[in-house]
Amino acid sequence: MSSVIESHHDDHHHGPAKGLMRWLLTTNHKDIGTLYLWFSFAMFLIGGAMAMVIRAELFQPGMQIVEPEFYNQMLTLHGLIMVFGAVMPAFVGLANWLVPMMVGAPDMALPRLNNLSFWLLPFAFGILLSSLFMEGGAPNFGWTFYAPLSTTYAPPSVTFFIFSVHIMGASSIMGSINVIVTIMNMRAPGMDLMKMPLFVWSWLITAYLLIAVMPVLAGAVTMMLMDIHFGTSFFNAAGGGDPVLFQHIFWFFGHPEVYIMILPAFGIVSHIIETFSRKQLFGYSSMVWAMLSIAILSFVVWAHHMFTVGMPLAAELFFMWATMLIAVPTGVKVFNWVATMFKGSITYETPMLFAISFVVLFTIGGFSGLMLSIVPADFQYHDTYFVVAHFHYVLVPGSIFSIMAAVYYWIPKWTGNMYDERMGRLHFWLSFVGVNVTFFPQHWIGLAGMPRRYPDYALQFADWNMVSTAGAFLFGASQILFLFIVLKTVMGGKKATPQVWEGARGLEWSVESPAPYHTFSTPPKVN
Amino acid sequence: MNNSAKRTLKYLSLAVFGMFFFSFALVPLYDVFCEVTGLNGKISQSEEGTSYESNTGRDLTIQFVSHNAEQMPWVFKPSEKIMKVKTGKYSNATFFVKNNTDKPMTARAVPSVAPSNANEYLKKLECFCFEEQFLAPGEEALLPVRFIFDSNMPESINNVALSYTIFDITNYNDMEMAHHDGR
Ligand code: HEM
Ligand SMILES: [Cu+2]
Repeated sequence: MSSVIESHHDDHHHGPAKGLMRWLLTTNHKDIGTLYLWFSFAMFLIGGAMAMVIRAELFQPGMQIVEPEFYNQMLTLHGLIMVFGAVMPAFVGLANWLVPMMVGAPDMALPRLNNLSFWLLPFAFGILLSSLFMEGGAPNFGWTFYAPLSTTYAPPSVTFFIFSVHIMGASSIMGSINVIVTIMNMRAPGMDLMKMPLFVWSWLITAYLLIAVMPVLAGAVTMMLMDIHFGTSFFNAAGGGDPVLFQHIFWFFGHPEVYIMILPAFGIVSHIIETFSRKQLFGYSSMVWAMLSIAILSFVVWAHHMFTVGMPLAAELFFMWATMLIAVPTGVKVFNWVATMFKGSITYETPMLFAISFVVLFTIGGFSGLMLSIVPADFQYHDTYFVVAHFHYVLVPGSIFSIMAAVYYWIPKWTGNMYDERMGRLHFWLSFVGVNVTFFPQHWIGLAGMPRRYPDYALQFADWNMVSTAGAFLFGASQILFLFIVLKTVMGGKKATPQVWEGARGLEWSVESPAPYHTFSTPPKVN
Repeated sequence: MNNSAKRTLKYLSLAVFGMFFFSFALVPLYDVFCEVTGLNGKISQSEEGTSYESNTGRDLTIQFVSHNAEQMPWVFKPSEKIMKVKTGKYSNATFFVKNNTDKPMTARAVPSVAPSNANEYLKKLECFCFEEQFLAPGEEALLPVRFIFDSNMPESINNVALSYTIFDITNYNDMEMAHHDGR
């Protein structure tokens, strides 16, 4: 027994291994967190380049730059890559870096599984991207891959798409199992559930959501695979199946999925607002309860994506009210953030700028969501640019801004260097202007009736599309600045103190900056 | 890893497998749900022996609509596009089909009713949609539907569209078809 402890102890004097093998074989949560974050950034840039193709085509009415078939492939891959390649891995990367440090654990509970769940991702996305070069082209049926578009009418590459979704799913399931086992079993003594930092809470709930719905996604693509190759008819009406069933199964996964992409953001923003307001967070326990109720409700609202498939009135009403109900806990959270800032001594460093604009712009997205939840209104709005504006408001200045805020907030802890504050603020303002110029006009052209997912549009939508494209290129370009800022910080800069921010509270700020390769080998005391 | 972590790991893995199977369980659940509630225009054969006939019926317009699924070459159309019927009285309609190819083919028609809340009041005693249709090259046929509308149907429904989509299932092998009961 003692020898075991000794060799374990020995380990902690080792730094990381050298060279490429360090990254291939690492089981260190900080290394894996870094890998996830860089991977997500790469996907963000690739998915972003696809968005630029889409917006360039939409700059003017008529077909200008790409063929409609290629446009559809760009649209599909953009959605899939941003959801599964950029936003989700970024949050998993943050969880890897932060959850063990925040709960006072030496590492994740299952370090080797952790390595595997990261290294599956490059394969999954390699396969997905390689479909661009296959005969018949990449998947072209939209990120929601509705049957029969994705079965009967799909390009041959759909089989590779299915395979890659299976791998991504396996990766996120393993990642979430790891997070839950860590949080449930490795908290420092004295850290009760209701003392956990909110980011940890948000990830605990997110991980449970992932475990509940990723297998359903796997089931959906498995059924597709069987319909395509083994002659079953899950979604094929000729054989007694039903395409609408596909939508039910997909959205049973899909709606919880959108909350998977926002709950960790809630956690991040709570920390940042608390720190830069120099006040204790208002309503900690109501924040936890709000997240729990959002998570539970997210299982009973899926059909708000399908109001127009021809559901009976009772179901339309049920899903409408259940959807509206989610706005209540969401409102509680927004209220608490504002109440935390109220009378705080606020300073506006870059993370805080991103966090405040998160609160404002995410709320706008919540409101357009509420408009969409009204059944008769949704008959009009469904599948128009209004929906596009809605989900980009909750995902870009929502999820993505929170990730950027997190990077600025914790990067001094990760690298030991302060980022360049003036450049950070410049990046914020360019992104802020870019995002609003891109997506706000899409509300109007959506209400005016422009359908989504077409490479061309009627002339009356020309002006706002031009504005939207200009905004998109501004936003896209400002992310190059972000890359530059991050690289510069990694390479050097003003040295960060352990606490980094005056108002920062929490275990991760009690260790040096940069955080040592091994932290909390002996659990800290929590009071 | 300590024991409690192992236990957590075990129940999480079980949950993953459970949810995977649940996604497949959604398929029969969905069918049962649609059948019980009569949603989705899915029509089941009415039980023998129940009588829906009554003399207090009212007038109702029925439209018959036919669609060919993609790559289904048959001619398929209702003999009459519009019929006036009375609720609580049996009516008969026919659809004309012709296999205008030079190959023997098998087809299945999948029905749908709009508005969907009319569905639970529509009872079919006989319908070509209950069976597969086989036609030799050049063969034609008149396919019958015998139906009745329950006179308890809400007053608000004055128009019902009864639509059929015909699919080519020649290349489905029987084993696979056996797993799907016709409706
Ligand atoms: C108050 C909260 C929200 C409400 C009431 C709401 C409501 C809705 C409704 C009704 C739709 C369907 C619109 C249609 O297709 O006609 C929708 C679409 C969507 N929502 Fe939300 N939503 C909310 C929050 C969110 C959040 C937080 C996210 C993600 C972070 C999100 C992401 C999406 C996405 C991605 C779609 C479109 C999916 C697609 O068709 O491609 N929503 N929302
Ligand atoms: Cu939803």
